[in-house]
Amino acid sequence: MINTPQQKRVLQSKLGRVRGLGSTREGVHHWWAQRMSAVALLPLSLWFVYSLITLTGSDYGTFHAWASEFGNSVFLVLLVVTMFHHTQLGLQVVIEDYVHSEIWKMGMLLLVKYGSVLFAASAIFAVLKISIAG
Amino acid sequence: MRDNTRPLSPHLQVYRPQITSILSILHRMTGVTLALAALLLTYWLASAAYGPEAFGRAQVLLESWFGRLVLFGFTFSLFYHMCNGIRHLGWDMLWGFDMPRLRITGAIVVITSLSLTVLSWLMAYGHVGKL
Repeated sequence: MINTPQQKRVLQSKLGRVRGLGSTREGVHHWWAQRMSAVALLPLSLWFVYSLITLTGSDYGTFHAWASEFGNSVFLVLLVVTMFHHTQLGLQVVIEDYVHSEIWKMGMLLLVKYGSVLFAASAIFAVLKISIAG
Repeated sequence: MRDNTRPLSPHLQVYRPQITSILSILHRMTGVTLALAALLLTYWLASAAYGPEAFGRAQVLLESWFGRLVLFGFTFSLFYHMCNGIRHLGWDMLWGFDMPRLRITGAIVVITSLSLTVLSWLMAYGHVGKL
């Protein structure tokens, strides 16, 4: 047991002290979200690559019929959501590591975060339109 | 005020390249590449939502030699990032940090991702041949 003078004065619980650690006070949230999305992307990516192989050389009608199938539409939406979530988490770390000017860093982070939402929304809407509107 | 002239990590250029560091930076590079792949996937899905003409234009673009080259790079990036990602999940569970395991899992990642890339393209070409 550590008995530093500082610790004796702190009434906060151990859990309370551990929560929200890190420079941005977000604790392990980013790390955990990156891992969870990575695990989800394993089966989704393999399914997608296999689908692309079977779709190679298809015309519009074949692709449209494939993407309109209920299961395929659901998996496409899941892939797009998880993929862009994982992408923006990863790009955030790369930007934070390599871009040292505060203005550039903030600008690029905003671009990545807003851009991911924009492209994810577009891709989801495209899948829904193919699937529902035809 | 922050002093922007002080040295900042990571100092990629000051270290001798090693299998561990090369595979590590390759994970990031393939990750950034896959972000571009995500944009292409969005364009492809959107083109199909627009209609047959737009989808046809996208297919012509993707089937060109340049399109295939880009897609081949994206395929390798995906498989490398996936395989090395599994290696990362092992480290997260405190497995495989010793040098012999780092080397062997690194070699497995490179061989597996290259094999899966080539296999996928052979399967895709085989599928077209069947049509």
